[in-house]
Amino acid sequence: MRSFSYTRAQDVKKAVSEVSSHEDAKFIAGGTNLLDLMKYDIMKPRHLVDITRLEMKSIEETEGGGLRLDALVSNADTAYHPLVEERYPLLSHAILAGATAQLRNKATDGGNLLQRTRCYYFYDTTTLCNKREPGTGCSAITGYNRNHAILGHSQHCIATHPSDMAVALAALEATIQVSGPEGERSIPIADFHRLPGDKPEKDTNLAENEIVTAIELPKKGFARHYTYLKNRDRASFAFALVSVAAALELDGDTIQEARIALGGVAHKPWRKPEAEALLQGKEVSREHFQQVADAYLEGAEGFQYNEFKIELARRSIVRALMQAAKTDQ
Amino acid sequence: MEKNTIAPISKEKVTLTINGKEQQLEVEVWTSLLDLLREQLHLTGTKKGCDHGQCGACTILLDGKRINSCLSLAVMHDGADITTIEGIANGEELHPVQQAFIEHDAFQCGYCTSGQICSTIGLLNEGKAKTLDDIRDLMSGNICRCGAYSNIIKVVQEALERSRTA
Ligand SMILES: Cc1cc2nc3c(=O)[nH]c(=O)nc-3n(C[C@H](O)[C@H](O)[C@H](O)COP(=O)(O)OP(=O)(O)OC[C@H]3O[C@@H](n4cnc5c(N)ncnc54)[C@H](O)[C@@H]3O)c2cc1C
Ligand code: SF4
Ligand code: FES
Ligand code: FES
Repeated sequence: MRSFSYTRAQDVKKAVSEVSSHEDAKFIAGGTNLLDLMKYDIMKPRHLVDITRLEMKSIEETEGGGLRLDALVSNADTAYHPLVEERYPLLSHAILAGATAQLRNKATDGGNLLQRTRCYYFYDTTTLCNKREPGTGCSAITGYNRNHAILGHSQHCIATHPSDMAVALAALEATIQVSGPEGERSIPIADFHRLPGDKPEKDTNLAENEIVTAIELPKKGFARHYTYLKNRDRASFAFALVSVAAALELDGDTIQEARIALGGVAHKPWRKPEAEALLQGKEVSREHFQQVADAYLEGAEGFQYNEFKIELARRSIVRALMQAAKTDQ
Repeated sequence: MEKNTIAPISKEKVTLTINGKEQQLEVEVWTSLLDLLREQLHLTGTKKGCDHGQCGACTILLDGKRINSCLSLAVMHDGADITTIEGIANGEELHPVQQAFIEHDAFQCGYCTSGQICSTIGLLNEGKAKTLDDIRDLMSGNICRCGAYSNIIKVVQEALERSRTA
């Protein structure tokens, strides 16, 4: 690992000013992604601002009946929190489907959202990669692109976002609270991560030196009918090839509302509200779920080694919805 | 804006309680907990497998919770309480999980074993494993290249049963 300087921030304001006043500075929380990337010489911050002493470690109910997860709560403490388990079990399941017990104990909710892609070429510093070195080219497009995107990719980058947690947050329509040199703002999860376009080096719409302070979950938790379905190469401890966060609100057999977010298919968790709306007022049935799955994958475009993901995503949507509805008709 | 081409060698003082003993240490800020334990303190029971969070050989207990010491900076854990494999036995008396690893022959080369034992203790502290599937899932952060899994799982199962009746 390259050398760097280090400071420990005592409050959010200081953290922001520390990171703004040093060149090539980064926040560090659990360190499970940043240190990994620093050891590979992929991220090369020259200054680290330790934010783990900030008072952002609780989970509290909000006035509107939702829940606020502070950015420094660990992934494990979030997944096992009684209110999360009871009211947002989709989120618990998604978090527990990712990484390992050791990593989840260390990883924070803020860091989870900001973890970087698992594109093999991004990790291999002997290859060209626009995300790692802007303007050099993308090795994945013509290379081994098995874990890459089928939706929303660009000619500059076809990477996917690896977070499981973010996929559940997208289905739950969480908002991300941030604080920066310009003050505080909140960003809907749908606008937090971005598509690669011609700036694949930017994973999110977070402005420079902004810190994530909390994640806010709205009241509606879909605790009765939900599924997080994660397809991967082995049963545990692997990133998703395709994952689906599905949530339904049912009145008998009639669907009042459906939420579907896909992971492993794009540079951000993939939602398509106009496709979800097809289910509104419909009966629970495989046929209706298949129609939505087709609508979700419309326009999907695979590459040499990941073409299979299109059909996998379609079938995963149907299965996840069937499971969420608890039906096998 | 501060302009420095190379960051200066920066050392920080930290206080860590390691296996019950409080210690004042000076660490370079980029030193991982794993390197601190092995290189500076010669506690080599904690192993370095991958150095990237993928194998679990470096598992230690940080304030009672299992973590990967390879992906942790020592300087960030000033004030923490750390237990490594060297601190698990009670004097000459092995920890029941250690004893069970021997009785069940739950290793071959032994490289993963200290991590497996710390991870098992972490799993017991967490209290989330109920079924055999839970055990498999919650132990998946510890890879065993020798494939001693079936016996390792038996140890964890037995430890879990013992902790229920205790
Ligand atoms: C072997 C392995 C397997 C994994 N498997 C999975 C998996 O299956 N599914 C999954 O979803 N994840 C997986 N992960 C990723 C893991 O979830 C992330 O590494 C973790 O969530 C990152 O959180 P952290 O607190 O450690 O972040 P850090 O490493 O501390 O930070 C990550 C990034 O976020 C920035 N940052 C951190 N906190 C803030 C904040 N509050 N505000 C602004 N910026 C911030 C940092 O500057 C850094 O750029 C895996 C990781 C490893 C090592
Ligand atoms: S897909 Fe993106 S991250 Fe991967 S090589 Fe291409 S530019 Fe880099
Ligand atoms: S050495 Fe830390 S997980 Fe492999
Ligand atoms: S006993 Fe050899 S790696 Fe597990």
